[in-house]
Amino acid sequence: MSEHIVSVRIYITIFLALLLGTFLTVVAAFYDFRGPFNTIIALTIATVKATLVVLYFMHVRYSSRLIWVIFAAALFWMAILFALTFSDYWSRHWLSIGY
Amino acid sequence: MEQQREAGTLGMWVFLVTEIMFFGGMFLAYTLYRSTYPAAFASASNHLDITLGAVNTGVLILSSFTMAMAVYFTQVGNRRPQILCLVLTLILGLTFLGIKAVEYHDKYTDRLIPGHLIPGASFGPAIQEEGQPLDHHKLHLLQGANVKQVEMFYWIYFAMTGMHALHMVIGAGLLTFLIIFSLKGRFDPEYHSPVEVIGLYWHFVDIVWIFLFPLLYLLGRHFLH
Repeated sequence: MSEHIVSVRIYITIFLALLLGTFLTVVAAFYDFRGPFNTIIALTIATVKATLVVLYFMHVRYSSRLIWVIFAAALFWMAILFALTFSDYWSRHWLSIGY
Repeated sequence: MEQQREAGTLGMWVFLVTEIMFFGGMFLAYTLYRSTYPAAFASASNHLDITLGAVNTGVLILSSFTMAMAVYFTQVGNRRPQILCLVLTLILGLTFLGIKAVEYHDKYTDRLIPGHLIPGASFGPAIQEEGQPLDHHKLHLLQGANVKQVEMFYWIYFAMTGMHALHMVIGAGLLTFLIIFSLKGRFDPEYHSPVEVIGLYWHFVDIVWIFLFPLLYLLGRHFLH
């Protein structure tokens, strides 16, 4: 498998998309979407931006399966970190044994 | 040669996985405290300078773009624009750090450095009272927030942005190394793993900021209406 060279056009497109995402996230922050939706919108935009960086700037889209697995493993361990911690914090008050 | 390049890239990715874990712990602390003290986190966040934060986001995205272009010009073997892109990336990285330093100084003058980290300037911001003229140097507490909880936000803010800034400083050092070796003509389309691998690192640091910016600067603006 020879090295894939990403074209300049793609780099410029991604760059502009990232700037647009930054602009949108700032504008959206000043509107009240009620409840948790401001955070959901902000995190969705951030995740899209991060995905673009990973896939194109970091060439993961054109990389071998091995790189995909390594990166997926990172996200998987992050999910475990959050899931286990929050299952603890959320369930603490179920038993009133005093914390 | 191809296999060596692949192995180098893989090694960098494994390192980045450990970095994701490292920052992940801090994002976890942030999530936990924010869900415990939502009003205080919104109040504290509103005190941050959104303009400087947004400009810095733009600066970092642009630096990621010039870094990607540096990798591109190395791959096609065009040395002059390659060095130019590396220098631009370094300048933009230093610009980011400069703006960050201005923000830190603002926090210092507003007495928002948590705990007693700075002798003679322990945490103790002036509080904006209802009915008083609006003063941007004073902390405007939303309903349900207290100063102790705001201090917690600033511990997390300085830990996360500080660690991020440290990564930027290391990145700037690595870029300097790349520029020197590029000037010596060490990289060509056949061998350029250092450029590629340091590029990956630089983009990773950019991604951390992409999450830090909305989570730290933008979480409470909509409460101000």
